[in-house]
Amino acid sequence: MAFIEIEHLEKTFQSKSGDTEALRDVSFSIEQGEIFGVIGLSGAGKSTLVRCINLLEKPSGGRVIIDGRELMKLSDSKLRLARREIGMIFQHFNLLMQRTVLDNVCFPMEIAGIRKREAREKALNYLEQVGLSDKASAYPAQLSGGQKQRVAIARVLASKPRILLCDEATSALDPQTTQSILRLLRQINEKYRITMVVITHEMRVVEQICDRVAVLEYGRIVETGRTREVFDEPKTEAARRLIYTREYTDIESEGSGI
Amino acid sequence: MTWDAETVRMLLEGIRDTLYMVLFSTLFGYLVGMPVGVLLAVSDRDGIRPRRWLYRVLDIIVNLLRSVPFLILLILVIPLTKLLVGKSYGSSATIVPLTIAAAPFIARLVESSLKEVDHGVIEAAQSMGASPRTIIFKVLIGEARTSLLVGVTISLGTILGYSAMAGVVGGGGLGDIAIRYGYYRYETQIMIVTVVILVVLVQALQAIGMMLAKLLDRRRA
Repeated sequence: MAFIEIEHLEKTFQSKSGDTEALRDVSFSIEQGEIFGVIGLSGAGKSTLVRCINLLEKPSGGRVIIDGRELMKLSDSKLRLARREIGMIFQHFNLLMQRTVLDNVCFPMEIAGIRKREAREKALNYLEQVGLSDKASAYPAQLSGGQKQRVAIARVLASKPRILLCDEATSALDPQTTQSILRLLRQINEKYRITMVVITHEMRVVEQICDRVAVLEYGRIVETGRTREVFDEPKTEAARRLIYTREYTDIESEGSGI
Repeated sequence: MTWDAETVRMLLEGIRDTLYMVLFSTLFGYLVGMPVGVLLAVSDRDGIRPRRWLYRVLDIIVNLLRSVPFLILLILVIPLTKLLVGKSYGSSATIVPLTIAAAPFIARLVESSLKEVDHGVIEAAQSMGASPRTIIFKVLIGEARTSLLVGVTISLGTILGYSAMAGVVGGGGLGDIAIRYGYYRYETQIMIVTVVILVVLVQALQAIGMMLAKLLDRRRA
């Protein structure tokens, strides 16, 4: 059995104007240490999918099995413990704005009941790893987008996760910053063997760090494979559309560089 | 009328009584209103523990209490005041209706402050395995602290206004003096002085509250 198993996942949002099927019969598996990408246009259901992996969103059907444990069968308190092993970073970083950088990194350790002095020492170490030792006493509002995402990564490392979910983690960043964040994620993946699920609408993100990729369209997975294969020979119209978009923007950015 | 030592002493006592009523009513108001406000924010549809029935019940109670005019409330709760304080007039007695009027108002202020907290930050805490208790104390209250402090300032000002109304039933404090001298005895001068003191008090509370709120706000670079 693979490290992460997603089986026949369904998610329907109910509202007065009718039901919306955000995910339909989504299945895939991810091996330990792998970086797995999920790509799709906005509205395809990517964010819903990633939120179903740590049950921030309760699936309407199907199963989420992590390291042999079925998450939906866990009690609330067991689920909270399980979530400590599943870190998450976000498009808008979601840092605590009223706390210093250091205290943000300490937060997951506070939740885990680690003593304050010990937590601070460790937090400084994690900040060093993301290259932000000098910002420990700054507040998030004083940082750039890339620096905020580094704080979020240090914070996620502090809970020693085995899995890291990245929800459009580079979508609010400029191309250079995106590169540096992707390099950092790669390093972390290699150093700690953290399995990663990368949700994005940017082809280049997938191209650079994902081992395998799934293409999501209208809540369904239409294609899964090794990144190179999907890029070289896309089998579906949806995948082709995404790749052509990439080539178009590549030409455009080269053009503007002249 | 003459400005003798007696008048000055009376006005000083009025300030003392007013501050005593306002501070204690706000304190008791928060002891009741803060938990209710937290429950409202947490149990609402988008809260971290949606509980439809709990929200509805609290919502109705808060609305009911808030729609009773303070003057009517003042008279309605006299039996309760006698039971708790032993008498129905004077500053200590006035704290009872003031607290009852303040608590639902404070609950709403707290509710709206907590609902301002960015949902993404709450989600991040949930993804770390934070318990509802941790989210309430460290994320909701921690992140909303500036807004909560502004709420305290608004509450103090509002309660100060209510406390002046309590003068009608012999509530003590500056409002009492203003009504007794200005209204019943036509001593306009004393009335004006008390009103000026009330204005200064509101201004001072407002200024101090806003300064503290700004001092504690780290959301801007």
